[in-house]
Amino acid sequence: MTQTSAAAVEAAPRHRSRAALASGLVLLAVVLAVVCFFSITLGSRGVGIPTIWKAFTDYDPSAASQTVIREMRVPRTLIGLFAGAALGLSGVILQGVTRNPLADPGIMGINAGAAAFIVFGIMVLGAQDVSTYVWFAFAGAGVATVTVYAIASLGREGATPVKLALAGAAVTAILSSVTSAIVMTNVEALNELRFWQVGSLAGRYFPVFWQTVPFLVVGLIVALGTGRALNGLALGEDLAVALGQRVKLTRVVMFVTVAVLCGAATAACGPIVFIGLIVPHAARLLCGPDYRWMLAYTLLLTPTVLLLADILGRVAVAPGELQVGVVLGVLGAPAFILLVRYRNLAEL
Amino acid sequence: MTALLEPRTTVRSGRRARRRRSVVVTAVLAVIAFALFVLTMMVGSYVVSPVDVIASAFMLKDDPAVDFVVRDLRLPTASAALAVGLALGVSGYVFQKLLGNPLASPDFVGVSSGASLFAVSSIVLFNASSLVVSGSALAGALLASLVIYLLAWRDGISGYRFILIGIGVSQLLLSLVGYIITRADLYEAREAMTWLVGTIGQAGAGELRTLLVALAILVPVALVLERPLRALELGDDTARGLGSRVEINRLVLLALSIVLIGFSTAVAGPIMFVALIAAPIAQRLTGPAGGVLAAGLVGAVIVLAADLVSEQVLPTALPTGVVTGLVGAPYLIWLLATVNREGRGG
Repeated sequence: MTQTSAAAVEAAPRHRSRAALASGLVLLAVVLAVVCFFSITLGSRGVGIPTIWKAFTDYDPSAASQTVIREMRVPRTLIGLFAGAALGLSGVILQGVTRNPLADPGIMGINAGAAAFIVFGIMVLGAQDVSTYVWFAFAGAGVATVTVYAIASLGREGATPVKLALAGAAVTAILSSVTSAIVMTNVEALNELRFWQVGSLAGRYFPVFWQTVPFLVVGLIVALGTGRALNGLALGEDLAVALGQRVKLTRVVMFVTVAVLCGAATAACGPIVFIGLIVPHAARLLCGPDYRWMLAYTLLLTPTVLLLADILGRVAVAPGELQVGVVLGVLGAPAFILLVRYRNLAEL
Repeated sequence: MTALLEPRTTVRSGRRARRRRSVVVTAVLAVIAFALFVLTMMVGSYVVSPVDVIASAFMLKDDPAVDFVVRDLRLPTASAALAVGLALGVSGYVFQKLLGNPLASPDFVGVSSGASLFAVSSIVLFNASSLVVSGSALAGALLASLVIYLLAWRDGISGYRFILIGIGVSQLLLSLVGYIITRADLYEAREAMTWLVGTIGQAGAGELRTLLVALAILVPVALVLERPLRALELGDDTARGLGSRVEINRLVLLALSIVLIGFSTAVAGPIMFVALIAAPIAQRLTGPAGGVLAAGLVGAVIVLAADLVSEQVLPTALPTGVVTGLVGAPYLIWLLATVNREGRGG
């Protein structure tokens, strides 16, 4: 035990100066802008800057490449930006509030909860468009968050990484068997589901964007404001109470925020795992343990990773496409395994 | 003198009482499993009396009409349910004891996902026959377990590392499964989805025979290894102190558990929750003296009952795995809640 805590002290990131942190943030913003640019230009149909410029200043609907830009690449990139930010910040908040380094919307079954409720809403209750089923997504994400966390935190040691992951895996399994039960009876539903289930930014057009973006924006603003409270919780519940925090209320607000963010992100692009887990850890390595900076870094870093994975999926098997959920599943797992093997899990 | 002897006799009689309870419960479970096994062969569009079922299935009497229904149509499904349930129950029991976590189950930690990925690939990419699908499911389960074992190895295997890495690997494999299903045409996708949910009674005679042979060999081995398993439960150091060869025993038991789940998945697809819940239910019924056999029988009872429900009770026949999933869900939540309250959840 002493050995591990010594290792933890050694591994703990150093505090960095405010200026260094701020310039890091600027750098990340530049990188994100570049990635956004590539996300719009690269693809099975390469497009030049003049075409992009034209698509917005002097739109000609009969020009296919301009339509691709306006109707497909731009909404896809925007959804990637917002959904990525949402999944990343959910990860930070979940890891902070559960004080568990393996908390992640995907691992905890939150995305699966949203997905199952969406399928239920579409197949059983006949929900038609995103604006209706986004509510199912929130409900599903909320139910999954509460169930998994409640199950895992019963018992003496609270929500340990293993219990949280197992409860998440179990709840995911339950939900997917419900989903299968619904879908097995309907071939068309199955056909829809199999594409949606892998998590993808493809085929997400402006209507999807406009319908989910209000929730994402509100969720992101609230999430960005949780930094101080997370810093307090990191000191331990007793100390946080002593510092005048209303811990119970904070927790509720945070879980609601996570449910809204994950629900909206899942409604927009299907269940995506690992990104909400890995990026916050990367952000912590870059900026140190202060949650306020971590939130800001994650806000920029997660969309970058998501869009890069999306671009990679488009370029790797062109003219076909590897969905972003698949790319992240394949790239995220090794990172997850490294995390389990080499990080001291009692660290948060 | 008597005062000195008394505590010892109470301990001994207590132990005897516990053992008696476990033997009685195990026998009752065996009877229930057998009754369900017979019932499965009785019901359907043509109802057969229990006497005729037993006479026909055990070749005691020849009656062509009954024999056709019982031996040719219903016996394969009934024995598949029985065998798959037994295999899942035993496998789950060994797995949970070994990893020291009553919530661990081969379903969640990558074994079944490995089987799923290989089976779905063989269905979609190679249009394989059911024998090949079964074979690749088995290969996938073994390969995934090997990978997880190697990745989790670090001066030995610890339960929590194995579980977490298993969950990580499982997520990776499942995202590949999803991708392959998007690549399929709709007919194959449907076939793959049906396989993924788990269905009793779709496997051919060859796969079933393999599973039965595996059970005939592995269940006795599991019974023999029950003592070292209990020693391992006490922790590695204590087990070593008791003269147990810890790593070898753990490896053999783990392999046994994985081979069992691999064979049963090859026969029926990944039937959810049975491996997870059979052992805790058995434990609750038999008390601490219960073991491998009781868990296996509980598994058999669950699968037989789920198969009956999906075939006879539901308006449209759903795959067996959907029924075990839906029945398992509330029980699972309750189980998670109670084992966690006792602080044994890991």
